[in-house]
Amino acid sequence: MSLANIKDSDVDIVIGALHSDLTSFLNEWRPIFSRFHLIIVKDPDLKEELRIPEGFNLDVYSKSHIDRVVGSSSSMVFTGYSCRYFGFLVSRKKYIVSIDDDCIPAKDSKGFLIDAVAQHLVNLATPATPFFFNTLYDPYREGADFVRGYPFSLRSGVACALSCGLWLNLADLDAPTQALKPEQRNSRYVDAVMTIPSRAMMPLSGINIAFDREAVGPALLPALKLAGEGNLRWETMEDIWSGMCVKVVCDHLGLGVKSGLPYVWRKDRGSAVESLKKEWEGVKLMEEIAPFFQLVRLPQTAATTEDCIIEMAETVKQQLGPSNPVFTRAAEAMVEWVKLWKAVGSGSSPL
Amino acid sequence: MAGSSVKPTPVLKDELDIVIPTIRNLDFLEMWRPFFEQYHLIIVQDGDPSKIIKVPEGFDYELYNRNDINRILGPKASCISFKDSACRCFGYMVSKKKYIYTIDDDCFVSGSLRADSVVFVSVSGDGAWNIMVDLKFLDPLFHGFLCFRELYLEKRYRSVVGMVAKNPSGEQINALEQHIKNLLSPSTPFFFNTLYDPYREGADFVRGYPFSLREGAPTAVSHGLWLNIPDYDAPTQLVKPLERNTRYVDTVLTIPKGTLFPMCGMNLGFNRELIGPAMYFGLMGDGQPIGRYDDMWAGWCMKVICDHMGYGVKTGLPYIWHSKASNPFVNLKKEYKGIYWQEDLIPFFQSAVLPKECVTVQQCYIELAKQVKEKLGKIDPYFIKLADAMVTWIEAWDELNSTAK
Repeated sequence: MSLANIKDSDVDIVIGALHSDLTSFLNEWRPIFSRFHLIIVKDPDLKEELRIPEGFNLDVYSKSHIDRVVGSSSSMVFTGYSCRYFGFLVSRKKYIVSIDDDCIPAKDSKGFLIDAVAQHLVNLATPATPFFFNTLYDPYREGADFVRGYPFSLRSGVACALSCGLWLNLADLDAPTQALKPEQRNSRYVDAVMTIPSRAMMPLSGINIAFDREAVGPALLPALKLAGEGNLRWETMEDIWSGMCVKVVCDHLGLGVKSGLPYVWRKDRGSAVESLKKEWEGVKLMEEIAPFFQLVRLPQTAATTEDCIIEMAETVKQQLGPSNPVFTRAAEAMVEWVKLWKAVGSGSSPL
Repeated sequence: MAGSSVKPTPVLKDELDIVIPTIRNLDFLEMWRPFFEQYHLIIVQDGDPSKIIKVPEGFDYELYNRNDINRILGPKASCISFKDSACRCFGYMVSKKKYIYTIDDDCFVSGSLRADSVVFVSVSGDGAWNIMVDLKFLDPLFHGFLCFRELYLEKRYRSVVGMVAKNPSGEQINALEQHIKNLLSPSTPFFFNTLYDPYREGADFVRGYPFSLREGAPTAVSHGLWLNIPDYDAPTQLVKPLERNTRYVDTVLTIPKGTLFPMCGMNLGFNRELIGPAMYFGLMGDGQPIGRYDDMWAGWCMKVICDHMGYGVKTGLPYIWHSKASNPFVNLKKEYKGIYWQEDLIPFFQSAVLPKECVTVQQCYIELAKQVKEKLGKIDPYFIKLADAMVTWIEAWDELNSTAK
């Protein structure tokens, strides 16, 4: 089968800068990032100037840009980890790769440096198989194929819209889990990419992702903001919410979501116990969020990603809104995001 | 919350039967001896019942040939296939144990070899490598030697590397032990964990995984995989005769509720008490229009029922080494109808709904048989026969297992 070749010029690498000194981060990623255009978005709450090493082709956006483009009343939605969404908004490329600024390239089980960007692009360029599970995982990988019993009519697959990578060292566990096992680090390299089956829900971590911006851009959105949201992943749920929106949209539109490779190395940072002292809000909210997303169904008339988000926002407001104002605000943010996307995000001219 | 398992895995030697269908011989058992010797074997001899199948010394077993099957089931024996490994499900029916492990007679132990563990190497006339390994390097409890054939030569290293078991913590490379681990720990069918099986040592539930779902569901089936000869269908085998599965994917994961998969019977464990009656391997082989779909059929029925009953199905580790590639032309003849029929079968199973009044596996299965007759009968009269055989199977199961809870 033919693989669509993704050109370097089709890709933007979007980095949300929650740390001002990006020198070591970018130097670690230099062999992998240097051929691509980078969009760096500075967390508006960050006071210090960004320190960025030479030799990259990049654009840097900060609070003043955000204010100018979206108006200062909306800009609050782009704080903390959500600053990266501004990068998704202003990018004009077909594909986006986004990695947290506390992650560096990992090594595979043979000791070779993993090109996470290349793996993400391969994931996006090859079909996904959400309608039937292949027990040898990704059938398009070299040395693999569909197994006996896999229906032939499903073997051409569907387009992959989102690729979720994993993490070695500090895995994306929630605060209570990591606090209970403070020494636990993820050392298991699972050499697989797989499609998450249609209608199966999962927590999609935003730490190491790539997506087809043209296909699902409007669905990656900064909507769920916890009251105690902080600058550690343990203190956020925005990516989890966003990921579920993307999955529902993909399931509805017949697109695929892959999970597995590539791995990045996530540096030790913060204290799970400290984060735990703050709030369990995110953990409690998931009890309502999970069943909601599992059951939500979109009408046939929702034919574009934007339509899907608007429909979902309405359902969120009606079904989840009454139990917690954070959901009402999320629904409003989703609607506003689609407006913003239509106004700013979908043009073809650069900013 | 998933804890790390520091306890050794229970052996379950009085709770697990190993079911092996065979038509040729059981030489492969020598290789499995250290792992299988403590278990009771149920051997289902297919084909000519007058042939004597020799079982290697020292194994505790019961053997059933066609005459035995006819004698025990009487007219109901019609539901057990002849001249097809589907006959193995007779072994599930007569077993009295809680767990079943089933394996094909061309599957071998998978493990990695250290260079200093190799005792003797020879190459036989057919080009196969015969490598004798001191087992104490695989597991300090075992003494003796295993003979590996047909190893994959890893050019990068000077030593001969066998099948890959990349577990850095030095866990035992014991397929049966891994199946037991899989079956004794919960599954997570209601929400996908991106770090796969959260109950494995070193893993856990990821951020965002609802706490109310972290107890998981009981695991009904553990579906293992194969290195070397992959389980491809005939068309794929014909196109890629040389492809070998050399990728060791160090994971176990739960197949989400509502998702179907092709279940291979080559390396399969299951909880007989939970799901046994659903593991009917259908009508295949002699006198039937189809073959090599026995395990597929069982897998689709089983998954629909597990989804209904709230049980989980795991796939992934353990790997076994699949040594023999069957003849793709013979396979094509057997699978031919299946390749067409599965286009209708899959939508049927994907949309099958079992009424909530079905509260036992047997009830679910009878209901499924009814739906097979109604909806698939028009594809081919075979499905009417199959639906009847499904009912016969349940009747036979209940008869033989009437003292079971």
